[in-house]
Amino acid sequence: MQELGKAEYSSVRVTPQGENRVIIEKDISSEEMILNMGPQHPSTHGVLRLECKTDGEVVIEAEPYLGYLHRCFEKHAEMVDYPGIVPFVDRMDYLASMNNDFAFCIAVEKLLDIEIPRRVEFIRVIVSEFNRIASHLVAIGTYAIDLGAFTPFLFCFRDREHILNLLEWASGARMLYNYILIGGVAHDFPQGFKQRASEFVKYFRPKAVELQRLLTENEIFVKRTKGVGMMPADVAVNYGWSGPMLRGSGVEWDLRRDDPYSIYPELDFKVCVPDGKFSDIGDSLSRHVVRALEMEESLKIIEQCLEMMPEEEGFDPRAAIPKRIRPKAGEVYGRAENPRGELGFYIQSDGKSTKPLRCKARSSCFVNLSAMKELSRGQLIPDLVAIIGSIDIVLGEVDR
Amino acid sequence: MEDTQENKPQSAEVIAAKAAWQIIREKFGDAVSELDENAFMPFFEVLKTERWREIALFMRDDARLRFNYMACLSGVDYPEEEKLGIVCNLESLGEHGHKIAVKVKCCRDKGIIPSVMKVWKTADWHEREAFDMYGMRFGGHDDLRRILCPEDWEGYPLRKDYQVQETYHGIKVPD
Amino acid sequence: MGLLDANISKHNVLVTSVDNVMNWARLSSLWPMGFGLACCAIEMMATNASNYDLERFGIFPRSSPRQSDLMIVAGTVTMKMAERVIRLYEQMPEPRYVLSMGSCSNCGGPYWKHGYHVLKGVDRIIPVDVYVPGCPPRPEALIGGLMKVQELIRMEQIGISRAEALKKLEEKSVDPSQLIQQARKGAMAS
Repeated sequence: MQELGKAEYSSVRVTPQGENRVIIEKDISSEEMILNMGPQHPSTHGVLRLECKTDGEVVIEAEPYLGYLHRCFEKHAEMVDYPGIVPFVDRMDYLASMNNDFAFCIAVEKLLDIEIPRRVEFIRVIVSEFNRIASHLVAIGTYAIDLGAFTPFLFCFRDREHILNLLEWASGARMLYNYILIGGVAHDFPQGFKQRASEFVKYFRPKAVELQRLLTENEIFVKRTKGVGMMPADVAVNYGWSGPMLRGSGVEWDLRRDDPYSIYPELDFKVCVPDGKFSDIGDSLSRHVVRALEMEESLKIIEQCLEMMPEEEGFDPRAAIPKRIRPKAGEVYGRAENPRGELGFYIQSDGKSTKPLRCKARSSCFVNLSAMKELSRGQLIPDLVAIIGSIDIVLGEVDR
Repeated sequence: MEDTQENKPQSAEVIAAKAAWQIIREKFGDAVSELDENAFMPFFEVLKTERWREIALFMRDDARLRFNYMACLSGVDYPEEEKLGIVCNLESLGEHGHKIAVKVKCCRDKGIIPSVMKVWKTADWHEREAFDMYGMRFGGHDDLRRILCPEDWEGYPLRKDYQVQETYHGIKVPD
Repeated sequence: MGLLDANISKHNVLVTSVDNVMNWARLSSLWPMGFGLACCAIEMMATNASNYDLERFGIFPRSSPRQSDLMIVAGTVTMKMAERVIRLYEQMPEPRYVLSMGSCSNCGGPYWKHGYHVLKGVDRIIPVDVYVPGCPPRPEALIGGLMKVQELIRMEQIGISRAEALKKLEEKSVDPSQLIQQARKGAMAS
């Protein structure tokens, strides 16, 4: 046991626990203080508000308050027809619009029971994997900023720009694409896309390694994140976690493999889980490591798709789009693996109208964030930032 | 068009859901309805709403079922039946791998559905959201407050008969 | 354009008005508040990052409203957020500027009709100086908007009000369609 400072701090002692974690023990009880964090706070990734009950440096409880970006997605979905929902879906998780559209289209196509041309499937997978990398780059970059490292942010955004350029070339927009439509995609790839895409893959591989060396193996970064925000696997499942968060807790679960859709069963990729050598399984660092590893897997998927994609002269990607989208009466829950986890759409159709009766978006960050209270209990205030960053929330999707 | 749906062989998903439903039916008898064996989302309804938590706990803990993962809980409005309800998509993650959906309905006016937040933590915020959007109560929920709309918002936005309020704190709301 | 481009050699005496010096200093260190709301915030971040590098204009985001003189309303303002936006605006010291970025904060954008919880235009609650259209605006568009804010500052004088400065700016503004026409003609000729 080691004394922290001089006599006036004698009530607080720091006990080393394991290698690099400390817990603060208290002899006398001190007063609780309510600390308000957000909605305008640079590290809450948007407009999240946390009300932290603190005791000195220790957070007793952090209660998230949402709704500062509640844009009424579900109301809009009931008010506009099916193709009109796609732009709103785009704006939900604005870091990964392609993946969002993909999930929504899968749900509606399930209900419509239509066959998608094979080339379209490849186009969809390629663009959504590109978007996954872009999204993870933002997640990693902003996480680094939260923990006080500015350079990785610049590196990440530099590489993200390349992806945005590629996707802009294909779809015409930089961020919110409206590219994947129900039954097809908006345009075929432009000529030369394949080459530029594989050039990017070649360019990005060493950059990912560089990022790894710059950030993931950085001792300061490791010290800030290792052992912070632990979540055991069974609790994570009970909380409904999905995506990199669940995999960070050591559960090998990826909808691309375990509830396969599109052409993923034909592709060879690995579901990344931390091996426990570098990080404690279930902590913030593991979640970061999973994201970093996933970028490499996405690159692999893109490479395979570029190779396998059938070439067709004068291909019309809109050929399979129904003239009038009016699904049969029924209900469906369609889902896909989005960079933040399982994005599901529960759609109810009455069979008569061109608008859904009910469209609920099951947002991955909404569910992931709900464990915030549990994650932050007993952590230090500076660790709170490390925990929020590791959840990688996008408020547009949390609040919808 | 309808016939082709009937003639299709049942997918493995539906068969697994049916097996799971049979176990629940055995235990709870007429508290649960028949399984709706559609290909998209096989579901059954809890007819005795007050037994929903018991059924949920059984579904989670029975060794043959192990529905340990709640994917989604959506509130739904049924204006013609004068009812509100929830639809839960459950799944056995990493164990059996089967999926099923459960519907629970309650009265439209001051209806109460038992809360399952203690069974699946996911339900905590989803129930708050359903309350926020539809106004049904969840009996036994520790912290049933509005989650997305402000505390003093009027009405329940996703009800089919919702009328948006004119002003909120002096700011004009509609266009 | 700027003072530094004027090739001033050593030992020179510069004669200028106080307004010019003050405005030059103010517009070349425009500190916006790092305040992101929605999708546009990501484009704002991208503008701050390596490729577009806002810092070359002296624009550097500050975390506190008390240290900033420009508020970029980047994204959808909801009813729940509206009061916070007003409070943040009131916390900023004068002279302060507001740039509304993106369709949502300009007028409600796609949420105009059915968005019961969306504020239809941030100008219903705080005064806006510059609007940047787009959903979301490209970084170039945001930079263009920031240049407009700088121009506005350049127009200001001690003793004249913001409204008058805006009027002066309007008189001095160029018609973009003519410039585009010219550029097109030039491109056709070559």
